[in-house]
Amino acid sequence: MRRVHQVLRAIVEPGFFSDPSVQLAAVVGGLVALVAGNVGVFTVIRGQSFAGEALGDMGAAGGSSAYLIGVAPLWGFIAVAVAAAGVMELIGIQRARGRDLATGIVLGAGFGLAALLLYLGTTFDNTTGATITILFGSIFLLERSILAPALALGVIALAIVLVLNRPLLLASVSPELAAARGIPVRLIGGLYLIAMAVAVALSAVTIGAILSTALLIGPAATALALTDSPGRAIITAGAVGVGATWLGLLLAYDSYYWPPLHQGWPVSFFVVTLVLIAYLAAHIGPRRRTVR
Amino acid sequence: MFSGFMVNTWLVATIVAVVGGAVGFFVVLRGSAFVAHAVPNGSFAGAAAASLVGVNTIIGLGVFSLGGALGIGVLGRRGRHDVATALTLVFMLGLGALFLQLKVEYAPEIYSLLFGEILGISTNELAPTAGLAIACLAALAALYRPLLLASILPESAQARGVSPFAAELCFLIVVALATTMTVPVVGTALIFSLMIGPPAAARAFTSRPAVAIALSIAIAIATVWAAIALSYQTNWPVGFFVGAISASSYACGRAWTFARGRRPASTSPPLPPPPERYDADVSLA
Repeated sequence: MRRVHQVLRAIVEPGFFSDPSVQLAAVVGGLVALVAGNVGVFTVIRGQSFAGEALGDMGAAGGSSAYLIGVAPLWGFIAVAVAAAGVMELIGIQRARGRDLATGIVLGAGFGLAALLLYLGTTFDNTTGATITILFGSIFLLERSILAPALALGVIALAIVLVLNRPLLLASVSPELAAARGIPVRLIGGLYLIAMAVAVALSAVTIGAILSTALLIGPAATALALTDSPGRAIITAGAVGVGATWLGLLLAYDSYYWPPLHQGWPVSFFVVTLVLIAYLAAHIGPRRRTVR
Repeated sequence: MFSGFMVNTWLVATIVAVVGGAVGFFVVLRGSAFVAHAVPNGSFAGAAAASLVGVNTIIGLGVFSLGGALGIGVLGRRGRHDVATALTLVFMLGLGALFLQLKVEYAPEIYSLLFGEILGISTNELAPTAGLAIACLAALAALYRPLLLASILPESAQARGVSPFAAELCFLIVVALATTMTVPVVGTALIFSLMIGPPAAARAFTSRPAVAIALSIAIAIATVWAAIALSYQTNWPVGFFVGAISASSYACGRAWTFARGRRPASTSPPLPPPPERYDADVSLA
């Protein structure tokens, strides 16, 4: 019993479970990872990873303008990501042909804007931490007031995906068949893009704007390598995302005591690495059956 | 604006624009916008690592952009290409975040790596940049015909003995080379808009590859020059102007196409092949 206790102490540094900022980080991080993992399954099926990446990067412009006007970064992330989703939809992101190009053009302009806003934000406010916080996240510095809006937004994104589940799946796998059955393919695609924007904005709060795709794509791609069924893939993706986030939090907390620096490694690094490891493990392992 | 310390900037920027415009033609032709975004953006970690270890930034950028390109090429073979690209990118950025944390870095330095810095180019950066540019252009010239064929007609390229995977890998390495030399001026975040906006605009005006490449280089040079001049005047980040002008040049191309009432050039990238692993066997039942 003593042994077990010692081992546990070595793995989990004292104070991990009682620290309020860790508790908040675990709750918000878990919620975000769950939403991003679930929404991400369709991102992977639809082949829209680049759109997800672009929404996150452009969220950086929103996060920095939120700093400029003095509101929580989440609102900036969400406003810009949803607006960018709208622009992408307008200039024809739905068509496979030239889709990446349109995404790239919007992303280039949006990233340029992020550069300008970050520059203005850091020059006039002298908050040197802002650049890092927006781009790479700082989950241990979250404020308790973020919990309610994050929960509400998460529920909205999940609701869109769950309500649209069947038609969205059909529209993703075979747009022609879906159109023939009278499903409004474009409307569904647009709604899905909004759900994706919300999921990416939430991830940006926990692991940073330019890393937010990790939680959207990684767990979903891992799950889709393990199972055929979209339903099971959604559950697995949520579990992988939450697992990676919580383990990442634990490792980051422990890393304050690691040599050589004793100053803590970033949570985002651990989460992203764990997600990549899960993806590689799912692909290197035994090939899943291909015959149904 | 044209005083002594700015001469290097103008020279390097021009070289960067020539390479960006030429490589960009193939980026647009192959529909590889995501890769062109991922390799430079991920190489940010290399710059952070170089400053952590204390070696020349170009070495760090080179190692990480090549590593990223190979990672995308190899991972993309087994899983879906866009997923492999996204995960390689976020992993490299995550490493970048770690390196930044380990070396207490001043925010402005990180910022200029990401979004470009026009005043910080020293004379001893000139030679490596020119060398890499020549290597990059030579590689493009050597690969020109096979890469063109493999990009437009992958099947017939394969029939003629050009493996699509080899072509993809060579192309990724060229992107990595171009990245390594471009970062100091434009920053890791904005190179790719230089590789997309000008060539996409050029292809709206002509469908002949050689003419399109020349036009793309010309537009890229104009973009970079204007961006530096504006950045010098306003003190705003050069990346902002590069992004904005690139997007505007693309908008001009689209407007031209629309006004002429024709569809984009017939050498557009073919539809992506049907994803082999997930879509086909997702059960709808």
